Amino acid sequence: MPVVSVATRRHGFTEGSSAGGIIHTEELTKVYPRADFAAVDHLNLDVEAGEIFGLLGPNGAGKTTTAGILTTRVVPTSGRAFVGGVDVVAHPALAKQLSGIVSQQNTLDRQLTVWENLYFHGRLFGMGSSTSRRVATELLEQFQLEKWAKASVYALSGGMAQRLMVARAIFHRPAVLFLDEPTAGLDPQSRLTLWEILRKLNEEGQTILLTTHYMEEADKLCDRVAIMDHGRILALDSPEALKRGIGTDTVVSVRSTGDLSALGELLAREIQGVARTRVTEGVLQVEVTGEHRLVPEIVLAAERHGFDIVDLSIAEPTLETVFIRLTGRELRD
Amino acid sequence: MALSAPVGAEKVSGAEHSITIHLRPVAAASYIALGALLLRDLHVLWKDKWIFVFRTIIQPFLLCFVFLYVFPEIGQGVGGRGAVAESAFATVLVPGVVGISIMFQGMQSIALNMAQEFGFTREIEDRVQAPCPIWLVAIAKVISGAAQGVISAAIVLPIADVVHAGGVHAHLDLQWPIICTLVPLACIATASLGLVLGTSFEPRNIGLMFGFIILPITFLGGTYYSWTTLAPVKVDGFSWLQALVCVNPLIYVNEGMRAAFTSFPHMHLYVIYPVLMGFAACLLSLGLRNFRRRVLS
Repeated sequence: MPVVSVATRRHGFTEGSSAGGIIHTEELTKVYPRADFAAVDHLNLDVEAGEIFGLLGPNGAGKTTTAGILTTRVVPTSGRAFVGGVDVVAHPALAKQLSGIVSQQNTLDRQLTVWENLYFHGRLFGMGSSTSRRVATELLEQFQLEKWAKASVYALSGGMAQRLMVARAIFHRPAVLFLDEPTAGLDPQSRLTLWEILRKLNEEGQTILLTTHYMEEADKLCDRVAIMDHGRILALDSPEALKRGIGTDTVVSVRSTGDLSALGELLAREIQGVARTRVTEGVLQVEVTGEHRLVPEIVLAAERHGFDIVDLSIAEPTLETVFIRLTGRELRD
Repeated sequence: MALSAPVGAEKVSGAEHSITIHLRPVAAASYIALGALLLRDLHVLWKDKWIFVFRTIIQPFLLCFVFLYVFPEIGQGVGGRGAVAESAFATVLVPGVVGISIMFQGMQSIALNMAQEFGFTREIEDRVQAPCPIWLVAIAKVISGAAQGVISAAIVLPIADVVHAGGVHAHLDLQWPIICTLVPLACIATASLGLVLGTSFEPRNIGLMFGFIILPITFLGGTYYSWTTLAPVKVDGFSWLQALVCVNPLIYVNEGMRAAFTSFPHMHLYVIYPVLMGFAACLLSLGLRNFRRRVLS
């Protein structure tokens, strides 16, 4: 892990410097009024400059609340949070200069055109008229929206609106780009396009923090992922390390006649290296450690005991497997 | 992508990442953000200028048309028979029409827009990410709403003065020092009322807002009559209506307009000014508190 030093300059002198990452939280806690549980529970998080960091978890895990605190929209109950060395609770107006935000909903200005949405954002963050004009036009080209420059934002599809929101969020070159469930509700093609855009921004040095409940998004896009549940981080590492860490090499999905949980118990008994079995949505998932002739062994063992295998597939473990192992629940629950 | 922006993050590759982030002091960033928020509103106003003008004049035009043209023409003149009585009523009505226009501007430009932005468009979530304190975003709305109120007053007064039947004429007597101070004050007070309503009502309850708040304020706001003439409405010798309407900010706006535009008897200015300032201060602080509550959690 590279050593990161963050220095925030104000008036030309060093204002604050933190040994932690570009995002740093200490025992961050949020209990919403009239709730008897913590949405975020003593969270300690460090995000390094230049990485794409994912907060992965089911709805209600505390991801959006965490992002909300970091972007000054949610006031924490206790604990501290820093973006670029600026205390977001003590100096929210200052911290907002450092953040670019893409929220779940479309928050584009409906009374402005596509181009104007960018132009006025630049003005808001202190760019002059000519710089704002130039950058707005450049960004529309970069995000392939130049054809829509003069259109009302009502004319944009969901994917295009999302791209415009990303363009707007990075306009002022924020230290951190926050995306809250950026691809929720997008069609698969738009999702891929957005991932491509985010990768490219990251290659240019943009630090990105995103929340998601799509394990595939976290897996494919993020340098590091924090798996969250009930306001706590259950595991934090690169997707590969997380998947390696559970000690499962292969996940076999079996569909068969008969009682699947009985089949699970049977395979756990008879097949070498079965770490775990579980039944979900009419499919038996068998997590196996080690490499051996799995398929014939499973088929033979099943048929010996009168199970007719309908379908069988083999896959590597995913972050979903990791999440299930950590919580006993599925991400979609 | 090479952007030369005052705020920027720079990444130096290598084993050690070093990031230097340039920040503006909050006061400077807020000043710039306020300017940009107002610029945006001005731009939108200019784009929709004809809609704005039409929206502003339609109600005053209809009020004057019905009360000062149709009624006298069909012999139902308000204020009594004859051009003299009808003209006296016109003198009461014209400043009232300006007052009510100012108030509707506050509703239209702030309350309705804000209820929408909080509701289904969620635009407010982006607006409050402006690099300034949250309250300044609401203040920017009040400033531009109040400015639109001033503009509408300037549009409405000539209209109200020309639409009338032959012989019916409002006796205007423009008191410029009062106009220049009271019109902006009235606009700030009504814009603040707009902020309170816009942050209190969900978009689906806009109908309730009109029914329960705006209609009573309008009809009991001294648009069609002067507050000073309400004294005869009595129960047991107590002028209850005159006392009751004192809770209505529009009364002071309209009485102020009477003082500014006519020499008709009106409520004392040393009541109007402090009460309107008080309303503006209370409504503004309530509105800012609501705004903060709606935005932060």
